[in-house]
Amino acid sequence: MGHELRIRIKTLVMILAMVVCANAGDLMLKRGMTQIGAVEISAPGLRHAFASTVTNGTIWIGIVFLVGFMVSYMTVLSWADYSYVMPAGAFGYALLTLLAVVFLHENVSPRRWVGVVLICIGVLLVGQTRPRTTEVMAREVAA
Amino acid sequence: MMRVAMLLAVLIVGSTGGEIAITHGMKSTGEPSRLRPRELLAFLSRALRSGWFWVGVPLMALSFYSLLVLLSWEPISFVIPASALSYVVGTLGAKYILREDVSPARWIGVVLVCAGVALVAAG
Repeated sequence: MGHELRIRIKTLVMILAMVVCANAGDLMLKRGMTQIGAVEISAPGLRHAFASTVTNGTIWIGIVFLVGFMVSYMTVLSWADYSYVMPAGAFGYALLTLLAVVFLHENVSPRRWVGVVLICIGVLLVGQTRPRTTEVMAREVAA
Repeated sequence: MMRVAMLLAVLIVGSTGGEIAITHGMKSTGEPSRLRPRELLAFLSRALRSGWFWVGVPLMALSFYSLLVLLSWEPISFVIPASALSYVVGTLGAKYILREDVSPARWIGVVLVCAGVALVAAG
């Protein structure tokens, strides 16, 4: 397998991991906070909210996903361009809309569909450029 | 209106500035030799010792708090589409600060993504 192709596949896999982790994490946090209920802004209210969030399993699953997002984001940026990863990650918005239609049977406005189409074309355009355009920097840590 | 524009600028500059600092930190950390748990852990422990990573984190935190404050002033259907401008600002930063080679195809893609995210977020 060619070097360039390997970088491309590696980058796309990490971006997919980023998008899945970010969406799953947000979904779990939302679900966890719904279980806890509306937070009351007062000293006892915040104490109660803190205690219920740190003991809520769903919240912790969400946090694990968000840590997974951060790790895959940092890893992919160690070799790929920021101007490649950042727009490509917007694919998540399009994915979220499709999931909402297929699984939640939500109605999607024409304006939102136009947005989804623009995101998909934009991501395809960015996706076919070279993932890395800068030189490999010398490692600052002594080997 | 003035304070909304200023906070929006803090939000966008904070998030893109933070991400650019983290990108720079990760590039100087160097990529993990293989994508296995052991090499990933070694990569992360090197990455967390990068000064640029710790420049990025407070900038991103600043951006997050500006988002919370903005959301308390303006409807979400204004705030999220407006923050989609960070795709364009981030690409400018990538070009002029990180010296990435942003080809015309990539620029067109970024502008389409920015418009698309704004439309999706506006509902």
